[in-house]
Amino acid sequence: MNYVPSPWAIILFTMFVASVLGISYHFARKTKSSKNYFAAGGNIHWSVNGIAFAGDYLSAASFLGICGMIAISGFDGFLYSIGYLAGWIVALFVVAEPMKRLGKYTFTDALDAKFNSKGIQLASAISTLLVSIFYLIPQMVGAGTLVTPLLGLPHEAGVILVGVIVMVIVATAGMTSTTYVQFLKGGLLIVFSIVLVMLILSRGISTAPDHGGDKAYHIFKTIGITSYEEDLISIADDSYTVDKVITNIDKKYHFVRLKKNGKASIWKINRKKMELEETLYTQILPNGNTLYNGGTKDDSLFYQVGHMSELDGKAENKTGTLSAFSFIEKIKNGVVLRWSKVNFTENGSKYTVYYQNPTPGKEVLKPGLKFKVDPEKGASPLQRLDFVSLMIALFCGTAALPHILIRYYTVPSPACARKSTIVAIAAIGLFYILTLYIGLGAMVNGVIDISNNNMSAPLLAKSFGVTIFAIISALAFATVLGTVSGLIVAASGAVAHDLMDRFLGMKLTDNNKVKAGKIAAIGVGVVAIILGILFKGMNVSYLVGWAFAVAASANLPAIIMILFWKKTTAKGVFSSIIVGLVVSLGMILLSQETFVNVYKIYGVKAPVQINNPAIISVPLSFLTLFVVSLFTQNKSQELSGNVGEGSSL
Amino acid sequence: MHGKGTEWKKDNASTLKELLGKWLCLLYCIVYAGFILVNVVSPKFMGIDFGSLNVAIVYGFGLIIFAIILAFIYNHVSTHAEEILNDNESEEEVAE
Repeated sequence: MNYVPSPWAIILFTMFVASVLGISYHFARKTKSSKNYFAAGGNIHWSVNGIAFAGDYLSAASFLGICGMIAISGFDGFLYSIGYLAGWIVALFVVAEPMKRLGKYTFTDALDAKFNSKGIQLASAISTLLVSIFYLIPQMVGAGTLVTPLLGLPHEAGVILVGVIVMVIVATAGMTSTTYVQFLKGGLLIVFSIVLVMLILSRGISTAPDHGGDKAYHIFKTIGITSYEEDLISIADDSYTVDKVITNIDKKYHFVRLKKNGKASIWKINRKKMELEETLYTQILPNGNTLYNGGTKDDSLFYQVGHMSELDGKAENKTGTLSAFSFIEKIKNGVVLRWSKVNFTENGSKYTVYYQNPTPGKEVLKPGLKFKVDPEKGASPLQRLDFVSLMIALFCGTAALPHILIRYYTVPSPACARKSTIVAIAAIGLFYILTLYIGLGAMVNGVIDISNNNMSAPLLAKSFGVTIFAIISALAFATVLGTVSGLIVAASGAVAHDLMDRFLGMKLTDNNKVKAGKIAAIGVGVVAIILGILFKGMNVSYLVGWAFAVAASANLPAIIMILFWKKTTAKGVFSSIIVGLVVSLGMILLSQETFVNVYKIYGVKAPVQINNPAIISVPLSFLTLFVVSLFTQNKSQELSGNVGEGSSL
Repeated sequence: MHGKGTEWKKDNASTLKELLGKWLCLLYCIVYAGFILVNVVSPKFMGIDFGSLNVAIVYGFGLIIFAIILAFIYNHVSTHAEEILNDNESEEEVAE
């Protein structure tokens, strides 16, 4: 899509970023000690910390990713909202208070509090680094996604912009500024999401959504087929010439390329109706340039999509203002024109063709469009297992995310840790209910950029006017800034405190530890920038699902077993973290989804056929801890024994 | 050197809170597992109308609201337990 920046949006956005930097500078002057840098001095009020938790958690994945996925896949995107929130139950009931009691600055402190094991220090620091980086990727992708429509800059510029601003924030002020940025952003995001949902309901639904009269909806054409046999096709419209019929070996898709005035277009062959249906397509040329519907971005041939093709039984219809219930009911009883996609390679060019897929509203509002769960609709046992695996990862991952865990050290007491978690659950729960309306709103309001569904929520806001768009985008950008800051603080803590100070025994002075943390923050920031550019275009919530799987596999078994199984040993914890990390990362890197969306290898069967590893890696990590602990029992390593005696691996 | 840097006052309510936390967590796990199970075993059930909505949305919203309710119950009980059980305690510190 070609995005034209608005001056008002740029002004609002700049003001927002300036105030974030202002907060950072203000707190920088107060940050002298490592306790201030890594844990905000441990004196943040629980209510502020609770909203900051929400700010941390409502990252690009929640606002951009979930809304984008709901806009494309309906209820399946909402599964992320359900799973993300459910994970907080584990955090509150099992982890919050004990983690606060055991730790000081980092998650490693808590794991290692009763062992003083070099192995645990190393393994959990590596795990913190890897999970943080995995979580950073979608945030950076989200940043790149946001600046394109907002400032008219390319994806890469957005990623670099966020990287640099965050490095400035983190390298100056640490956890205190991160906390207040997250508090402000978390609160404002919820307020403006409520405003956006009210605007969606007040506009109602139309079969030809025109952005409140601002922009005519592109009506997708059809052309009659007069004859069609094998690779020969003739059509009813003489202004087009047939260039080539495109099918794959197993005849799963049938398209035809037509030409008109020298410009190519791709059409889907609908054999039932004997019609050609207009598609949208991107073509990555061998030289790396991308064409959109055969033209460059500036040609604006790639239309925004998303509408209902049948509303109250009519192909052309419009409703008035709707309630929270009737809005869903109208979608449920109608037909939504969704877009499916096919990837193929031809003459060195990589094509992605998006074709129309009218879907009954009843199907949109139940699981099954993205995650295949219904065997009657061809879901294989493996696909159903994949769904279960994702839901396990979301449930188990929250309580094991390093940037969430370190927030327990910013409050004064275990009771405050608990109370701030409850504020977080209430705020996040409210926001997640709103995501369903924002996502469905994008689905039927003709705002989706089908080549990058992450932009659905901000583009929906844009259809209501540039002010709300600028505010929402600036908030989303601040979301990325805040979350990236938190992640980088967590990662830099792992390097400076866990690795350098404790594992390597460098005995850093307080000042040097802060310095080392800041240098580490810059290093992690650079890595995040590079990965954010490489992963462009992937759904950010999907990427976060992977981060959850890695965190749930590497960290959660160790946390739970240390808290609840007295025979846990240092070697057991070390082994479980390593097994969880290696198995989950290995499975992700060898999965089909990674082959297609990351490596861009089409038509090759990946070695691992499930896309989310949690169902295998989490139990395996638990089992490893259990077995290794049983085989390495000795008095000094038992939790119930003499805490503090050397048990180094 | 240990990472643990703070010694907290003895919390007489911790056993009760831990027990309550475990049971509430288990309760939520069962309801959440039920959601996954219904999706996998009987996906059609999720599409059944429930007033203006359907079972999938009602169950989904229900899981979110249920989490919030459980969180408030847990906090309410924990806060009262801390007030009652820690009320007359001396400034005894935990020797860990």
